[in-house]
Amino acid sequence: MTNISVKDINITSGANPDHEAGTGWKRYFSFSTDHKVIGIQYIVTAFVLFLVGGIFAMVIRGELITPESDLVDRTVYNAMFTMHGTVMLFGWTFPVLVGFANYLVPLMIGARDMAFPRLNAVAFWMVPVAAILLMASFFVPGGPAQAGWWSYPPVSLQNPSGQLINGQFIWLLAVAVSGVSSIMGAVNFVTTIVKMRAPGMTFFRMPLFVWAVFSAQIIQLFGLPALTAGAVMLLFDLTVGTSFFDPAKGGNAVLFQHFFWFYSHPAVYVIILPVFGIFSEIFPVYARKPLFGYRVVAISSLLIAGVSALVWVHHMYVSGTPGWMRLIFMLTTMFVSVPTGIKVFAWVATIWGGKLRLNTPMLFALGGLILFVFAGITGITLSSVPLDIHVNNTYYVVGHFHYVLYGTVTMGMFAAIYHWFPKMTGRMYNEGWGQLHFWLAFIGTNLNFFPMHPLGLQGMLRRVSSYAPEYEFWNIVASLGGFLLGMSTLPFILNMIASWMHGKPAPENPWRAIGLEWLVSSPPPVENFEEIPVVISEPYGYGKSEPLVAAAGEVHNHK
Amino acid sequence: MKIWNVSIIIVSAIALTLVSLWIGQQAYSWLPPQAAAESQLIDDLFSFLVTLGAFIFLGVTATVIYSVTFHRAGKYDFKDGPPIEGNITVEVVWTVIPILLVLWIAGYSYQVYDQMAIRGPMEVVHLHTPMGMESAYAAPMDSSTKPVENIEVNAKQWAWVFRYPNQGVTSTELHLPSDRRVHLAMQSEDVIHGFYIPAFRLKQDIIPKRTIDFEFTPIRVGKYRLTDSQFSGAYFATMQANVVVESAEDYDKWLAEVATHKPSPAPNQAAAEYTLQTKGLIKTGWPAVKPAQPPLVNYSN
Ligand code: HEM
Ligand SMILES: [Cu+2]
Repeated sequence: MTNISVKDINITSGANPDHEAGTGWKRYFSFSTDHKVIGIQYIVTAFVLFLVGGIFAMVIRGELITPESDLVDRTVYNAMFTMHGTVMLFGWTFPVLVGFANYLVPLMIGARDMAFPRLNAVAFWMVPVAAILLMASFFVPGGPAQAGWWSYPPVSLQNPSGQLINGQFIWLLAVAVSGVSSIMGAVNFVTTIVKMRAPGMTFFRMPLFVWAVFSAQIIQLFGLPALTAGAVMLLFDLTVGTSFFDPAKGGNAVLFQHFFWFYSHPAVYVIILPVFGIFSEIFPVYARKPLFGYRVVAISSLLIAGVSALVWVHHMYVSGTPGWMRLIFMLTTMFVSVPTGIKVFAWVATIWGGKLRLNTPMLFALGGLILFVFAGITGITLSSVPLDIHVNNTYYVVGHFHYVLYGTVTMGMFAAIYHWFPKMTGRMYNEGWGQLHFWLAFIGTNLNFFPMHPLGLQGMLRRVSSYAPEYEFWNIVASLGGFLLGMSTLPFILNMIASWMHGKPAPENPWRAIGLEWLVSSPPPVENFEEIPVVISEPYGYGKSEPLVAAAGEVHNHK
Repeated sequence: MKIWNVSIIIVSAIALTLVSLWIGQQAYSWLPPQAAAESQLIDDLFSFLVTLGAFIFLGVTATVIYSVTFHRAGKYDFKDGPPIEGNITVEVVWTVIPILLVLWIAGYSYQVYDQMAIRGPMEVVHLHTPMGMESAYAAPMDSSTKPVENIEVNAKQWAWVFRYPNQGVTSTELHLPSDRRVHLAMQSEDVIHGFYIPAFRLKQDIIPKRTIDFEFTPIRVGKYRLTDSQFSGAYFATMQANVVVESAEDYDKWLAEVATHKPSPAPNQAAAEYTLQTKGLIKTGWPAVKPAQPPLVNYSN
């Protein structure tokens, strides 16, 4: 055994005192500092919240199946879409991706854990705290927040219940808690990726998922302070009567929109970049080809992160925004499609001429790719100022971002769950149930979200609890699609539970994939690697049959 | 063999182009009637974007579907595919083409926006660019034509009120003369509202404590719907009004007649629902902001 590797990464060398050796299910309910346990804690918590957000979505689609407001009160409807958006974004997409990043990044770069294991655990436990806070708001007088997930003042400052502890107050606290948790996570990821790579793991030997997480977490570092500042100022306006944003007291309502979107547009890339990373991991494995244009795809992640900081005003074209600003931000927004397009073309070229195997992870990744291309095209139309003036705040926008958030992100997450399930649990999932899940989800997604585009073009607004009868047809289709989508999670849940308990034992590397995480046992041992591996070649060497790591004796020759 | 491949690619590209052009033409029928001069410009832009988008979407999906159909590994085929890692020429081409496309789309969008000259929240710096191409619809939007009608729009939770200051008329229905440029001065009493008429393809947020100027040209006689496009609280969905576009004579007649009416409180859906508060199967009793007083108007529908 050599000790070069141990010296390079001494942050986690030696036994971590917090790493309990237990393997039972109880460790998932403990303050564990093992990045793999934390990763699964994140993923499972996020999935529970996904179901909660999904129930709110069913109420929304139930109300909209008829033109009249006849299922729930208007106040309840407003609370439903507010909480749906909040829970899906802050409860599902962010945490589930952080969960995967937590589980995979140390394994993929050859580290024993994250740089700051206890900070990692604290960051995780703030998520259930935020979620419980949010749910508690159903029980305060006046009910939960009703101003939409972006909480624009002055609507968010109106407080009809007259209570200090109201839904909006709790909402702002929950967003702040989740923001602090994300900042902790971002510091941890960036440090881990910069400092803790195994010997030989240069930046251009990192898997693209790691590149994507790195780029995404850099966005968190520059963006989150803006959102948190905006939220705290709004909280002061709401509680102690300051007047940053309240026009009745001389404040500026549009200022909040700048704070909010300066973070919340880049935030969509915090979500989507890791999914791009997942696609980049999955296509080479199931096409048995190296990823086409690896370096360009890696750099395009950083480019997307950079440009994303300069586009936020496209959410404010019809707000108090002068013409010159509308036009400048139109150009920057459109330029995001260049690095994004590079990625799409690279994936297609990777698939092209491969030896494809359409297992469940590959099906979800392919489905996600096609839905993303559609979303990207509607995204371009939205970035064009004159057209956005027509469709802004209509269902066209809702259709666009659900193709992104469901079609791409959620499909990508399912791809990831199936792909790494054998590694995480040591068991195989059931392929037939997985394929059934894919087809239900793919059809449901299109039935649910495609109709939103014609509705929006016809002028149906988002956030309405009742609408003109001429919009009924497409709304019925969308609602039925929504219920189908809700049902599609049932085979998934059954498959996961049954396979985790009774599935066929999984070998180390069931997909014959290249990557450090596939070199350890399934599930991996507590400290991942008995001996830190020494990386000697690029990732994705399919068809070149190069070894990825040096054998123990060879270590001294590299580095 | 090579010639064979090249001709297949050429034939598919032509077929793809024709299909995309056809889809682009269909795009007009997905939109409401064109009731303002601005809507014609926007629809042309949309049709153009749909054509390009269809070409890209169909091109990418066809390639993926082709691979999925014809490049499957056999059941016992565990070999790897060809280890192609990249190709500089291809990568440069597919970076440069999107950049050119983006510049093209942005340039065209810019021209359309410039010709619309809708003003919005701040004075439009009306730049005349050399690349601005002549448009068939430019005439009604020529910035030298002074708007002939000045109407005040007042938005509040949850009602629209329109004031015609010269005639002393207030109404909850927006009447507009056809083929004339109109100028609106928009204000909000409480929260941010959004002025949106889908048939006009026009939308503008109304920010409290500001007067927002807005200009456009209705061109089609008929009755349309104005909605609030920025979420404005509990009864947001009820905040709608009729827009009546009529000939200049009818418009003047209407104003003259309505001016003689005595102002009376307009009916208001939000206020009615607020007092009833019995709708819905599940009742929570969560309080809502009290709707503003029903407006006093000469005319309501
Ligand atoms: C091809 C790249 C994309 C472009 C050009 C684009 C463009 C836009 C534009 C201009 C809007 C504003 C629409 C409006 O408010 O009227 C928008 C909305 C939105 N986009 Fe995208 N987008 C792209 C990709 C994404 C991605 C990757 C995500 C997320 C993972 C995303 C999520 C959203 C969301 C959530 C909204 C709605 C925000 C809201 O108004 O509530 N988009 N997009
Ligand atoms: Cu954005």
